[in-house]
Amino acid sequence: MTPAGASLLDRIAAIEGKGLAAIGEATDSAALESARVEYLGRNGQLADVMSLIGTVEPRDRRDVGQRANAVKTVLREALEARAKALESATGGPRARIDRTLPARERWVGGVHPVTRVIDEICEIFAEIGFTSVLGPEIESTWYNFTALNIPLDHPAADMMDTFYLEKDVVLRTHTSPVQARVMEAFRPPVRVVVPGLAYRRDSFDPSHAPAFEQIEGLAVDEGVDFVEFRAAIEHFVHHFFGPGTKTRFRPSFYPFTEPSAEVDVSCTVCASGCSTCKRTGWITIMGSGMVDPAVFEAVGYDPERYTGYAFGMGPARIAMVRHGIPDMRLLYEGEMSFLQQFA
Amino acid sequence: MNISFNWIDELVGLRGELSDPQVLAERLTMTAVAVEKIETVGAGLDGIVVSRVLEARPHPNADRLTLCKVDRGAGEALDVVCGAPVIATGGLYPHVAPGGVLPAGFRIESRKIRGELSHGMLCSEAELELGRDKGGIMRLADGLEPGTPLAAALGLPDTRLTLDLNPNRVDLACHVGVAREVGGPPAPRDFGGAAWTPEWRDGESEASGAGVRVRIEDLDRCPRYMAAVIRGVRVGPSPAWLAGRLLAVGARPISNVVDATNYVLHEYNQPLHAFDLARLAGAEIRVRAAVAGEPLTTLDGHEHKLAPEQTVIADRDRAIAFAGVMGGLDTEVTEDTVDLLIECASFDPSGVRRTRTRAGLSTDASYRFERGIDVHAQERALARCVELIVATAGGEADLIGLRAGPAPAPVPPIDVRVSRVNQVLGFGLDGAEVRAALEPIGFKALPGVEGGAGADGDAGGNGATDVLRISVPGWRTDIAREIDLVEEVARRVGYDAAAGQDRRFRPSAVPADPRVEKAARVRELLTGRGLLEARSLSFMPEDFRGNRAVVPVPNPLSAEESCLRSAMVPVLLRRLEHNYARGNRNVRLFELGTVFGYAAGPDPEEEADVTGRFEESGRVGAIIAGTRRPDHWSGPGLDFDLWDLKEIAGSFADRLCGATLVPFDDAVALDATESGTSLEGPWLSRGGFRAVKDGRVVGVAGVVDEASLDAPPWAASAFALEFDLAAVEGRPVPAYRKTSPFPAVRRDLSMTVPRGVPAADIERAVREATSDLLRAVRLFDVYSGEEIEGGRLGLAWTFRFRAPDRTLTDQDVESEMSALSTALEKQFGARIRRS
Repeated sequence: MTPAGASLLDRIAAIEGKGLAAIGEATDSAALESARVEYLGRNGQLADVMSLIGTVEPRDRRDVGQRANAVKTVLREALEARAKALESATGGPRARIDRTLPARERWVGGVHPVTRVIDEICEIFAEIGFTSVLGPEIESTWYNFTALNIPLDHPAADMMDTFYLEKDVVLRTHTSPVQARVMEAFRPPVRVVVPGLAYRRDSFDPSHAPAFEQIEGLAVDEGVDFVEFRAAIEHFVHHFFGPGTKTRFRPSFYPFTEPSAEVDVSCTVCASGCSTCKRTGWITIMGSGMVDPAVFEAVGYDPERYTGYAFGMGPARIAMVRHGIPDMRLLYEGEMSFLQQFA
Repeated sequence: MNISFNWIDELVGLRGELSDPQVLAERLTMTAVAVEKIETVGAGLDGIVVSRVLEARPHPNADRLTLCKVDRGAGEALDVVCGAPVIATGGLYPHVAPGGVLPAGFRIESRKIRGELSHGMLCSEAELELGRDKGGIMRLADGLEPGTPLAAALGLPDTRLTLDLNPNRVDLACHVGVAREVGGPPAPRDFGGAAWTPEWRDGESEASGAGVRVRIEDLDRCPRYMAAVIRGVRVGPSPAWLAGRLLAVGARPISNVVDATNYVLHEYNQPLHAFDLARLAGAEIRVRAAVAGEPLTTLDGHEHKLAPEQTVIADRDRAIAFAGVMGGLDTEVTEDTVDLLIECASFDPSGVRRTRTRAGLSTDASYRFERGIDVHAQERALARCVELIVATAGGEADLIGLRAGPAPAPVPPIDVRVSRVNQVLGFGLDGAEVRAALEPIGFKALPGVEGGAGADGDAGGNGATDVLRISVPGWRTDIAREIDLVEEVARRVGYDAAAGQDRRFRPSAVPADPRVEKAARVRELLTGRGLLEARSLSFMPEDFRGNRAVVPVPNPLSAEESCLRSAMVPVLLRRLEHNYARGNRNVRLFELGTVFGYAAGPDPEEEADVTGRFEESGRVGAIIAGTRRPDHWSGPGLDFDLWDLKEIAGSFADRLCGATLVPFDDAVALDATESGTSLEGPWLSRGGFRAVKDGRVVGVAGVVDEASLDAPPWAASAFALEFDLAAVEGRPVPAYRKTSPFPAVRRDLSMTVPRGVPAADIERAVREATSDLLRAVRLFDVYSGEEIEGGRLGLAWTFRFRAPDRTLTDQDVESEMSALSTALEKQFGARIRRS
């Protein structure tokens, strides 16, 4: 390229830089208009340069012309963008706008309220060393009952009406079979929480569902005693329900724990009596206990060496208490206006 | 299970704070059994007194009314009109005088009924809120003075505690059992007559005497059958105190004989049955398996056809009762009964369960037999029943008692180590404390262990020994192992002994399941795109608008829930329809869950795992329909279209799975794959996208075919996707790439290409023809129309170039542009439009 052509290209580059700066600095439409006139106007700087194209060597003309046109496009677009920006910032040229008009909303996504409960439970137990594991929903009667010290024709089996898929195959009636699976696969120390679905032949009504979430916990090691068990549960209660929440443990029965305990927390809704706590001031949140030695024997742990505790909770019920949801079926309908409330 | 507070008080004399029913309930809840309800029975009976009907005659103006003269003990005969047809002259009934108030709050006044003046009324159990029986006026047994307040006669008011019994603590289903928990050895009521101490006739399976014969044909089903005979009873109403007890626990007084058996049931837990001896053919009892098809009509009037798995009590000729469940109508005790045979037996728990399950019955008796009764207390229970009947119904008990079946084996003692108690509980107890926890509720430390509790009952109390040998009372059928005693110690000491202490953090040797993090990534991606998480039950109909499920649920609760779901999209389509039904046009849902099918592959017979025939896998489904954003006044919102779906599915495939989205047009095969859990289903038959990873389809997406959805006319098109959760990868850790401080250069390019050239191919060719200076390619217009020559398609692209280390020159960009133009012209016959 000839020196004349190159010098013209330099001028074009300079115009681009200065023009963009002037456009950027314009804070109102008058300043913008004067920048337009200065750089893109009929007698503006770019027009000046274009008028000189004829003076360069013909072989340079195409490049210079293309470059000038490109800069023209860049400046034009910058002008337009700046004009739009000024307009949206002020709501139009000196227009008086009604700022009470509704905003432009977005759809807000979110997880299910039961998921949130499950996640929080897992996180709180993670703080004291529990990992989250999962297990199958189709289970053998061995894992679902036998390994958990539940004889098949014992009244304890009445506590859970079972969906049998085959003679020895069930939809698990609780997440507890994962206890046995974890202990078969790993040596202590075992500390796990197990969220998942469980199935019982309950009719679908305000307080029951034939498929429902459960979350199971298991801790096994040498020297794990009832005192440690209670300390872990109190840690959870204080973090989940609040530091002022009271906890009480009372006798219960599960074939796979002994001693067994029902855990109640002081009602979070009322001081001393409401429909949530059936006017007792307490809400039962989990069944629990020290792992029965028979379970350790079934999975090949030495019950003389290891002790542990296990617990199970219903996140759906906890979500209902937490949000004041009166009917369990609402959780599973997938209705937008319901789910949106928790997003 | 209902417990009467007054009854417990009578048994053990509740003192101090336990004399408050609330405190007693709290004590039981915290140490033994949850009390779920506390209510008062027999409140509001002030002014209702025992009255004698001196005279009863039909009402002159009404068929169903009776005109009575009633003595309330005040020396005057009141006229009372009564709505019950049968009123016995000389009988005792509760009466509420004019001005009195029924428990429900009705004030009773003197008024004329069909022309006859009535002063107050005679009351039924239901009117007094003592029971459900509205049928007749409550008849009271003779022996009460007219004018006695009804409440005092019945031992009311009382407090009823409803227990939420655990299956292991059947011993708490009776008053003696609860009394033991709260107050030490109970002292049962003295019925006032002589003790019945019979001469027992024993037999291995058969016993006879007292004019009857008892035979057990199957000792597995019935290990023991005891019987007593009482002759010459007068069946009538129970004395008021007895009726009051039964009313307090929610049982219905029937007659003195039947009430006596129920009383002992609630006192000692032993189910008993009274037969009308005159109706036993051959004066004989046989306990046997039912004969197939044999008939039996039970007390409740139901006619049953029997099966051999059921156990019956029979006489010489026929079945007369379900063993351990319910008596029969034919041999029931009636007002005409004179001679009785009282049954006191023990039946095999699972046999009772089979018998009652098939009969569709569940009774107080079966509840107790299934959970285990105290076989060592049966003589005492039978004697209590005989003594009570003789005291209330008269008659004479035969001095011969029958016992068929071997005597029960003694309960073996259990060795409990104090060190084990502390290993499990961490309470730091010594031997004396362990004994102090156990002995008040019937356990005893025995001598016989080396260094254990000696004959003087003193050792073991000073920490000298670790092992205590503990005898177990017969009523604690749940106690068989050392750990069972550890639980007893824990609850007796109190679970609160463990409260408020700290324990150290422990690590877990179990790694977290990667699926938990995968699910979290899915939720993040989809909620970030404005979708809401749904949870639905795992069921679907066998055929949901052509989308099929394969694993049936036996005895499903409804047709809607007849199968386990085979895919997520059909379940979400059902949710979409639910939203349509509620008038929601804008729906954006996703769900994570399990789908079910049958495993492809090896013969299930060879599978070690019985569940091997089935297959379950994690899936995520999503569905969008309606406007992209909420409507705004500035302009109408646009509905979701295929390109919105493509973005979600593409991001899912690319960002979460490392998969590539491949479009397809052809209708997919409608048959599910062998497993029955194919990702693709009829809903996808209008084509869409497959996400492909390592040659495998891990996800699908597309517009929902109309045939798969029952949508109202106002609904927008619905778009869905489904992915295998297993394909989602763990959270990546991206490596930093230097960002460029130098300006980017933009170039636009318009071109026409022959129709049918895929845009993705053009983009790929552009990338191949250019260097890494090309940082972004964007298609910003697609146009066709008359101005385009020869039916070609117009495409307008923007390219951005940028170097990491310098400002690009025009030459840099021009050479990239000419390289890509040449490539497009050559490969696709593109015609570049020069500006």
